[in-house]
Amino acid sequence: MILDIIISGLINGSVYALLAIGFSLIYGAARIVNLAHTAFYMVASYCIYFATHKLGVHPVLAMLAAIILVTLIGLVCYQLFINPIREHEAAVLIATIAMAMAMQEIMLIIFTGDYLSVPSLIGGYLKIFGVKIAYQQLLTFGVALLILAGVWALLKKTRVGLAIRSTAQDREVANLMGMNESRVAMITMGISVGLAAFAGAVVVPLTVVNPHMWMHPLIFMLAIVVLGGLGSLKGSFVGAYILGFTEASVVFLIPLGAFLKGSVALSVMILVLLIRPEGLFGVAFEEER
Amino acid sequence: MGILGVYLRKIYTLFRGEVLVLPSRIVVFLFFLVLLFLPVVTQDLYLLRILILTSIFAILAASWDLLSGYTGQMNFGHALFFGVGAYTAALLNLHAHIPPYGSIPLGGLAAVLAGLVIGIPCLRLRGTYLALTTLAFPIILMGIVFAIPGITGGELGVSGLSRLSSSRLYDYYITVVLMLGLCTIMWKITDSKTGIIFHAIREDELAVRTSGINVTRYKLLAFSLSGFFAGISGGLYAHFMRIAGPSTLEVSMSFTVVIWAVFGGIVTIYGPVGAVFILFPLLEFFRFWPEFRMLLFAVVILLILLYMPNGILPWVRDKIEKECPRCKVRNVATRKTCRVCVAPLD
Repeated sequence: MILDIIISGLINGSVYALLAIGFSLIYGAARIVNLAHTAFYMVASYCIYFATHKLGVHPVLAMLAAIILVTLIGLVCYQLFINPIREHEAAVLIATIAMAMAMQEIMLIIFTGDYLSVPSLIGGYLKIFGVKIAYQQLLTFGVALLILAGVWALLKKTRVGLAIRSTAQDREVANLMGMNESRVAMITMGISVGLAAFAGAVVVPLTVVNPHMWMHPLIFMLAIVVLGGLGSLKGSFVGAYILGFTEASVVFLIPLGAFLKGSVALSVMILVLLIRPEGLFGVAFEEER
Repeated sequence: MGILGVYLRKIYTLFRGEVLVLPSRIVVFLFFLVLLFLPVVTQDLYLLRILILTSIFAILAASWDLLSGYTGQMNFGHALFFGVGAYTAALLNLHAHIPPYGSIPLGGLAAVLAGLVIGIPCLRLRGTYLALTTLAFPIILMGIVFAIPGITGGELGVSGLSRLSSSRLYDYYITVVLMLGLCTIMWKITDSKTGIIFHAIREDELAVRTSGINVTRYKLLAFSLSGFFAGISGGLYAHFMRIAGPSTLEVSMSFTVVIWAVFGGIVTIYGPVGAVFILFPLLEFFRFWPEFRMLLFAVVILLILLYMPNGILPWVRDKIEKECPRCKVRNVATRKTCRVCVAPLD
């Protein structure tokens, strides 16, 4: 039981962390609340399904192709629909919701609403104290951690990372220091959507693929980001594991837990916010007046 | 007879001077007229059903605007008020046998309570934090609804409510008159002193506080007012559909309300109402291509927002009217001079 909770919490937490960090990045650098973030994750899953089942491509190749393709789609969507209306905050929210809806409907039309699945990359399982752990689960966990480390290195060690971080701190000053603000936003959008696609790629062998699969992670991702503090990457990382473990323990410990997992996780978020309104690691943004 | 003639002429002069001078007022007047006299022309059940649902959602969208547009408290969980109103009305009607004219206002009051419950923790939050936190409340309530199927009917909802009235025509008049009345009240509220304070809270909360206004009280007032109107629309919906199900609490419900309001133009009240009257029948019209229905809906919204990010109705209004630069009175776009102060326009 406890082992079940730990495994499921770690895996869910890592996937949520991937999603939440991508969301945080674009919010921090460009103040865009991208509610279509998890829709890109869904599209990536479908791309992988299509490549492996219909085209017979090797799964690893399919994943790489899906990540590149979805990143491109994300950039095109950004240029077409978000960039022209960026200064209207409410309009951006609606535009991203509409984008997510459009993607969901396109997937419904192409693939119908059936529940699809993609086979594991590696079969077999490990047994620890009588609990089965599939190698696929370990792989997902490992890859997710690897990508998170990669993002950290990108942000801390490269010039692009420096530009993203400084734009997140203060857009105007970053612009004055010679960083092309709109290009930074564009690059950040690419990285952010790429992370969403990565999350889709690592999670697709463990879950069922259907056009509505973006809704649940979206809610959790938003809760995590608020819990950790908007725009704070450390907060997103810690928040992801907090909510991942909360979700897992509610499912395993409480009868009818599957219905209540969302409620409990979101109640945790609200409790944290009551004590710290800016989230756990909230960056105090300059008061925009 | 003479007295009556004088009054009639007075009313006509007033009408010509106040309504006919501006195209937007003529449109609103025609809107009232068409809605009230439509059943004289046609009593098609399907058409009436669509207009009833449109009216119910128009109240909901306008109530979102009252809270989120005017005070700037972005509420992404407006379905909470709708759902609380619907479930309260349904349970009261089913178990306490309270007729609709009692259960719907009580549902509204329950939604006021819900507004206070979520308003108090949300007082400390602002901006995107507030938007994303409020998104959580209907989901929490939905989890509870699923967890106690004995009372709430779980996934199936509470069904078997009494009808709103004895026939579709009466249903139509009840909802349409309520919609027109409630939306006018909301518009009046936003036009009053309270409405100006709501405006000010959105623009600059600190300045409002330094002017000696109790911001907390006004924010809670906005939450309860908006909750009340949304709760009434929830109750109407429950009694019209004769079921209150978990679909009233769904995330997509909250999102749809925001879509309507932003599409029509926030901080206007008439914007969201107009948007519902455009988008809801449009969605029904798209059912001729069932599989492309939601896709077309999403594409329409994306395209409109791309060209009119402030919403469709303010954009149209700015095209047909302009504001006098000196006295800020609105004029028809065709006029060369202001109708009040005769200053040259543009």
